[in-house]
Amino acid sequence: MGLNSLDFDVASRFNNGSVTQLNHDETPTETPANSVRRPVPSVAASTGTTLAIEVLGLRKSFGNQVVLDGINFSVAEGTVFALLGPNGSGKTTTVQILSTLLPADGGLVRVAGYDVARQPDPVRHTIGVTGQFSAVDNLLTGTENLLLIADLAHLDRTAGRRRTTELLERFDLVAAADKTAATYSGGMRRRLDLAMTLIAEPRIIFLDEPTTGLDPRSRHTTWKIVRELTAAGVTIFLTTQQLEEADQLADRVAVLDGGHIVAEGTPTELKRRVPGGRVELRFADPAALAAATEVLGRNGTKPDLNSLVMRVPTDGAVTSLRALLGRIEDCSLPVESVSVRMADLDDVFFALTGSADTVHDSPATTDGEGL
Amino acid sequence: MSSVSYAVRDSTTMLRRDFRHSLRYPAMTISGMAVPIVFLLLFVGVFGNTLRAGIAATGSGVGSYTNYLTPGIIVMTAGAAAAATAVNVCTDMTEGIIARFRTMAITRTAVLTGQVLGSLIRTMVSGVLVVAVAAALGFRSTATPIEWVAAAGVFAMLTVALTWLTVAFGLVAKTPAGASSLSLLPEFLPFVSSTFVPAASMPAGVRWFAAHQPFTPIIETLRGLLIGTPIGDNAALTIAWCAAMTIVGYLWARSRYDRLPAR
Repeated sequence: MGLNSLDFDVASRFNNGSVTQLNHDETPTETPANSVRRPVPSVAASTGTTLAIEVLGLRKSFGNQVVLDGINFSVAEGTVFALLGPNGSGKTTTVQILSTLLPADGGLVRVAGYDVARQPDPVRHTIGVTGQFSAVDNLLTGTENLLLIADLAHLDRTAGRRRTTELLERFDLVAAADKTAATYSGGMRRRLDLAMTLIAEPRIIFLDEPTTGLDPRSRHTTWKIVRELTAAGVTIFLTTQQLEEADQLADRVAVLDGGHIVAEGTPTELKRRVPGGRVELRFADPAALAAATEVLGRNGTKPDLNSLVMRVPTDGAVTSLRALLGRIEDCSLPVESVSVRMADLDDVFFALTGSADTVHDSPATTDGEGL
Repeated sequence: MSSVSYAVRDSTTMLRRDFRHSLRYPAMTISGMAVPIVFLLLFVGVFGNTLRAGIAATGSGVGSYTNYLTPGIIVMTAGAAAAATAVNVCTDMTEGIIARFRTMAITRTAVLTGQVLGSLIRTMVSGVLVVAVAAALGFRSTATPIEWVAAAGVFAMLTVALTWLTVAFGLVAKTPAGASSLSLLPEFLPFVSSTFVPAASMPAGVRWFAAHQPFTPIIETLRGLLIGTPIGDNAALTIAWCAAMTIVGYLWARSRYDRLPAR
């Protein structure tokens, strides 16, 4: 059994001293991993930081539909990395490849220094995955689900029971511990799912849209847990379509669109790319939106046919706002509502993925940091 | 621990999971047990007199029809239980938990081995039930304790073979309904065998099929062990068929499991 695998205080395992390097000699090796040759830890030459995840030229197609068209990124040990993208942009496919569920068509993927294609078992020993769809056993109770995963992670009996009790308390599932998961609400199921992911104290955790469909309170609980894990030195790779989530949690964000990483950087760096705020004009019908596009359709203004919203860039100054409103009145544009918003990741998102003229920047030109 | 002892531990864990499932959702287990008992009651109580007369005419000299029928019904028990396994496996594979198992360092086929072991235990229990009901209906065996053990061995071998095949069916089928129709094969193949009437009494084409399909030598072997009819080369055929079905079923199931879509 692994040395610290009985101890929930993850911090002791990751933060001995100021070590930021994966210490492969201390990694619990309860497994066939023993027989696999130890990898050389991959170190980013420029920074000296150990990489938890390294992806180079990753490609994946389903039939003739190209989902990932050569993406590159890397995640430093102990950081939170958010992969941001609209529906169908390949976020889940990326998680599935990184977590050994799907084979890649091409490229190199290393997780904790192991090649996912050649050494899936040591990768599986290191990671925990909470997918987009709940991975709990509906016919088992909360307790039984956790004990099942503890057994499969080869924890010994007492350790498994102790971890189970701790996690039930931490995830507020004590009252429901003896009910079958089929009777759980969506939020409870998600919490149980996350608890099952944490039972063996993985060093790298994948969370595929961890808060999609959760109410605001459960969402904040999840965020809190992510922050606690990061504080304990765990590396987290999450996908999200909620920009606020990436902004709140991530050290680095990559925007995935059309099979490419169209931007990568810290949330601040990305926000800096879209100066100023914007005025959002909401219309009642597509015809009104089209009429407004005629009048205002210059200066980077973008109509969104789905939400019937037009976004007009602004520096937020009173004079320019007054001028805009004046033109709306002069042309009798049937605007339903007006709101002024400061720049946030939404702007980055829309600027990069929202329209047909999306510029497919390569990560290298997007941000000069030597990742 | 070695990888073999991990394989044992993982399979035991999965067996425990499978056992809990059958307690929480007993419908499939019960139907798997009920089908052969219903057939036993039907064929003894309703068709028994006519069929006995017909079989006596072929001069096979097996005594009561219940004696003739019971070994075949025991084989049907394995078929019916295996059919339930196909549905169980298919339903299980649609659950998100399987994706979790596949991201963990678990012995690859432990989840399937758990299902097969669970099915084996359930089927052995239904086999005992069927023999008890048959005894109540007048089944009298000539078997010695050693022959009983051999019969139980044949039954277990058949169950493992059929279950690995139906596990593969469960993995191939996209929906539990699809799995259910595929699994009609092991459930109804015994009808075109010597279960109910001797193959010799059938029309030429059917007779050839009944004589050469896997269930017939297995039934004849059981019949020989339990009521003392001649076995001949049926024992060897039984072992060969069971081994072949087990190997094909296991390899097929394993490759399907490895290639399951991620979701």
